[in-house]
Amino acid sequence: MKFLENPPRFLFFTGKGGVGKTSIACASAIQLAEAGKQVLLVSTDPASNVGQVFGITIGNNITAIPAVPNLAALEIDPQAAAQLYRDKIVGPVRGLLPEAVVKGIEEQLSGACTTEIAAFDEFTALLIDSPLTAEYDHIVFDTAPTGHTIRLLQLPGAWSGFLEEGKGDASCLGPLAGLEKQREQYKAAVDALADAEKTRLILVARAQQSTLREVARTHEELASIGLKQQYLVINALLPKTEAETDALAAAIYKREQAALHNIPEVLKALPQDMVVLKAFDLVGLDALRQLLKNTPWHPQKTINTTLVLDKPSLSKLVDNIAADGHGLIMLMGKGGVGKTTIAAAVAVELAHRGLSVHLTTSDPAAHLSETLSGTLNGVLDKLTVSRIDPHAETERYRQHVLETKGALLDAQGRALLEEDLRSPCTEEIAVFQAFSRIIREAGKKFVVMDTAPTGHTLLLLDATGAYHREVSRQMGNTSLHFTTPMMQLQNQQQTKVLIVTLAEKTPVLEAANLQADLRRAGIEPWAWVINNSIAATFTSSQLLHQRALNELTEIDTVATKHAKRYAIVPMLKDEPIGVQRLLDLSA
Amino acid sequence: MKLIQIFDPAMCCNTGVCGVDVDQQLVSFSADIDWAKQNGAQIERFNLAQQPMIFADTQAVREFLERSGQEALPLILVDGKFALAGRYPNRIELSRWAEINLPVSEIEPIAEVKPSEGCCSGGKCC
Repeated sequence: MKFLENPPRFLFFTGKGGVGKTSIACASAIQLAEAGKQVLLVSTDPASNVGQVFGITIGNNITAIPAVPNLAALEIDPQAAAQLYRDKIVGPVRGLLPEAVVKGIEEQLSGACTTEIAAFDEFTALLIDSPLTAEYDHIVFDTAPTGHTIRLLQLPGAWSGFLEEGKGDASCLGPLAGLEKQREQYKAAVDALADAEKTRLILVARAQQSTLREVARTHEELASIGLKQQYLVINALLPKTEAETDALAAAIYKREQAALHNIPEVLKALPQDMVVLKAFDLVGLDALRQLLKNTPWHPQKTINTTLVLDKPSLSKLVDNIAADGHGLIMLMGKGGVGKTTIAAAVAVELAHRGLSVHLTTSDPAAHLSETLSGTLNGVLDKLTVSRIDPHAETERYRQHVLETKGALLDAQGRALLEEDLRSPCTEEIAVFQAFSRIIREAGKKFVVMDTAPTGHTLLLLDATGAYHREVSRQMGNTSLHFTTPMMQLQNQQQTKVLIVTLAEKTPVLEAANLQADLRRAGIEPWAWVINNSIAATFTSSQLLHQRALNELTEIDTVATKHAKRYAIVPMLKDEPIGVQRLLDLSA
Repeated sequence: MKLIQIFDPAMCCNTGVCGVDVDQQLVSFSADIDWAKQNGAQIERFNLAQQPMIFADTQAVREFLERSGQEALPLILVDGKFALAGRYPNRIELSRWAEINLPVSEIEPIAEVKPSEGCCSGGKCC
């Protein structure tokens, strides 16, 4: 593998959830450790499962992996880091200040920025020279999905710029107040990230058009903030030999090769590696050792079991949804599981039944126009489509604030306000505002939304929660009837949350975590949708068949442990683009 | 030189940009503070969410919180004595406390603004 040749000290793996960066990061760490290097493997993924991969509990302390000499691992849990930070601030005043005041402080520190800052704080400690990490030749980071990663990595740049200028109050960097003594550390972390001698970024992708386009965006975004040394890994490629035996395998092979052929121009210059699809689950040491070796797969024995899958279809779910006549349908899940596709499939199904539907997306990658490209003309006049563009919304919000609230300020005041408007929370608020404008329509017709990846979604919900409390507070104890967006999201008559996942271990785990988060916000997911299932197709490919057998365990977990109701959407021979193919998904 | 201490309610950032809607008072006040500091005022600002220990350690503030609750913030102390509570001061008040001796015409207070838009923005009342 090119990305492991002459590796620098820091290796970052980035990519959408489910592309396999955890496995590849683990496999890389094992390979480096077995070559005699001292290696530390770090997971900053909120849904970290590095421990699961090695079959031990790791957690927030550097833990030696007994099975691999020279290898240690560490999981940074952003939520836990935020809790520690809260305790540090609130703990000393408990009992000194009135209980209501203490509660109020805790509430304020439960926001998204606190989580980000606390996680960032732990993250930087690993990037600077310190006794903590001195013994390691390599530190391998298995990072969160693209959006989260970008934010995390963007923060040092933004902050160090701010801290250097050091003007005015810390304002939006307020939560940093408790951490301010570590300015030098932040600066050192930024320098390390932008230093090609020290840091290599490995973009992990699948051979799918939309995934590669998103990776291209990530590449440009991160290159522009200084991470110049980048490599590309295409994971889980179907080997050519399989394509000769089976129609589905042939279709997948053809689709993947076409995607590789049309790889975005900016990615062509990057050193590239291919990892072929394996039949085994990437759990345990032996499996991980095999991952980066592209030995051809030979089935030990022919598998003859016919899969019997009594699969509830998406169409059945839509029957239930359609019965209500109107409402908000939200598709939630990690990036890369196909929320946009499923949202489009649900919307098309509803419109096909003669119901009015507004399909909207806040997915930063804007797959929606691709999914429905050229197929709307007159085919489904019940369907309207719109997009919340997070960047455009943020810019609009910024301009609005500067023009209205900033109009009367002097130059100094305006500069301070502009500084605050560059904070990460500004985007969340802007997107939330656009979002709440659209959900009002759901009282009259169906509004179907896909949402951006988990972290983003939860931030949105958090903003909704704050709004809910704010409105409640303003309304006081009057008996006036009022409904807030949060109340609408909590009411299943009005809002149905569908969790989208894949029938693979990590995506199911991530979806379960998402469900737990939603439940904390008082939102009960209405159904689960398992997308791209090979088990729900007919295939004679031995490799695909083996994957399908692995899927059954995960499908069973979803059906028995997680979902109130669920549907399985098969992997199709053709990419689900266009109305007819979207309708095929539900059948 | 008198010390002006401002005890803010718990909030994400001093300009209030992170709220549901930007609070005009907070935006203007941040600018006022900058102005006063440039004219030599000695001002300290504490956010309840970030530095609660200072609230607990300052007897006058702790007792104020016990008596009136956090809804009654902000509280402004000048040399440790009550100066104002429940609203933010304007530039004239800041000038008086900080003994900034400028003619009123040069203080150029920011024009009076309408209260922050709440849920009733856009003319439609709830």
